[in-house]
Amino acid sequence: MAERAYTQAMGRDEATGGRTTIDAPFGKALVEIAVVRDDIVGLTADLGKYTDILPFRDAHPERFFNVGMAEQNLVAVAAGLARTGLVPFATTYGVFASRRAFDFIAIACAHSNLPVKIVAGLPGLTTGYGGTHQAIEDTGLMRLIPGLVVIDPCDATEIAAATKAAAAHPGPVYMRLLRGKVPVVFEPEGFDFTIGKARLVREGTDVGFVSTGFMTERALDAAEALEKRGISAGVLHVPTLKPFDTEAVAQFAGGVEHLVTAENHVVHGGLASLVAETLFDAGMTMRLTRIGLPDRYIECGSVPTLQKRYGLMMDDLVAAATGGRA
Amino acid sequence: MALANHPPATADIVALKARAKSMRRHVLAMARGPGQGYVGQGLGISDVLAALYFHEMRWDPADLKAADRDRFLLSTGHYSIALWAALAEAGVIRLDELVTYGADDSRLEMSTLDTTPGVEMIGGSLGHGLGQAIGMALGLRLAKSPARIFCELSDGEMQEGSTWEAAMAAGHFSLDNLVALIDCNGIQADGPVVLDMEPVADKWRAFGFATQEIDGNDLAAVVAALEKARATDGKPHAIVLRTRPGQGVPTLLAREKAHFVHVELDEWDALIDELERTEADHG
Repeated sequence: MAERAYTQAMGRDEATGGRTTIDAPFGKALVEIAVVRDDIVGLTADLGKYTDILPFRDAHPERFFNVGMAEQNLVAVAAGLARTGLVPFATTYGVFASRRAFDFIAIACAHSNLPVKIVAGLPGLTTGYGGTHQAIEDTGLMRLIPGLVVIDPCDATEIAAATKAAAAHPGPVYMRLLRGKVPVVFEPEGFDFTIGKARLVREGTDVGFVSTGFMTERALDAAEALEKRGISAGVLHVPTLKPFDTEAVAQFAGGVEHLVTAENHVVHGGLASLVAETLFDAGMTMRLTRIGLPDRYIECGSVPTLQKRYGLMMDDLVAAATGGRA
Repeated sequence: MALANHPPATADIVALKARAKSMRRHVLAMARGPGQGYVGQGLGISDVLAALYFHEMRWDPADLKAADRDRFLLSTGHYSIALWAALAEAGVIRLDELVTYGADDSRLEMSTLDTTPGVEMIGGSLGHGLGQAIGMALGLRLAKSPARIFCELSDGEMQEGSTWEAAMAAGHFSLDNLVALIDCNGIQADGPVVLDMEPVADKWRAFGFATQEIDGNDLAAVVAALEKARATDGKPHAIVLRTRPGQGVPTLLAREKAHFVHVELDEWDALIDELERTEADHG
């Protein structure tokens, strides 16, 4: 009988492959920024331990506020702090930020373009705790809010860079968080992150992966596997879902036969929808395959089991690129 | 730069009553344009705003963004008519602009947006004010600012869960630079308060607020309560204000307690006349 996998306790690492990792890249980056900027403040709603913000609390206890399990108040307090000239980073899980505090992100923050940074843990299928904890529709919801920047970073390097970019951005930001030991996919040396800019990470002519979040790591692995089979696959990484880099996507699409979108999110409302809208607006018609989560709630279970079951693996991307002939 | 208004040792209640009456005049002038508006709420809270803007708060009408200003948050954005009246009385808004209240493209919106000078937050999505007030109080304390935050919210608004999320935090963070002003006028969108919120003062006490309960249309009592709320003993302050919607205009005071008052076109002159004839003391 096959060995049975179990739902893991909260606080597990994001590392999935054999890459090197960095521990708590978000918290470390925030500490680094706060050394030179005394306007940075940190908040959490009873999830400090699970959102990698404790390094900031330990470095700047007077600038850290834990508001308890109250996500509406988390965002409201952050808005008030921002109105006194501070730049708050507020952490919780994506489900609670996007579902419970939506009105506060929209009206208390984005409506006035306040520099509140929402840092959202457990994006998509990175927890086995079921529908209550899996933020499968958060970027879709957040991209509907006028003026809100929405970022789904890929790895430790990008989390650190995106945190710095968020701190420098004058308006509100919703950033998905990978926590714990986070893989390093991008070389940190000379890495540049610009809000709203896509990154061409691999050239290819047959098939093009347009990916966001950690799915870009898998898209790169899939492209490598496809190359061995004589298929040239490119990868366009789109970490910023809003504002969306339509120009880069249209240009990338123009250079391949078949586009495959890959996101750790339901396949409607997020990246796939953005790409479809972009192609339509550009007057382009082409084959588009959408890899992501189905329109349903997902059960509890171990993360590897769930990611396999719901099609987020490298093999799923290879299969999509080859029309099912994996 | 020093702020213009510092509370004097003793309040001039007679002058404040004249301010409140003048603000009520502005409220009626505004509502007359569209023939409707949140007249009941505006008249009901005029005494509180007179005490804040012309006595208790340290602020400067000529420098609305001064870092150390005291801030007034109107969580119930639909009470905007009262805020416009106070800002007009203070000279921030021109009197001849009042007739534009609620009109297309007017700055004097039916519900507050922070693009209008003197507005500290976007009110109207109820349950937003107190949390933002806490953020401001924390931020100003961090900056070692002497500024205080006065946050209005309403009895109906206490039904929003976020109000209590915020109330928990205010006590926890010992925000004695925060004063919650709870306008209990007994009405909400569907009419008289639909869920019994009593005992209101006990609830705020239980959440750690130094709580007073007063007649919110008794200016001397409002001034005295605000003065008591200057105490810096580590507790946030709550003042439960029992107000009467329509205060100052007997016909409106006696009218059915409606969230949104409609007045017939031919009634306005009579209502304004009533306000002029009413002694502030007996409204």
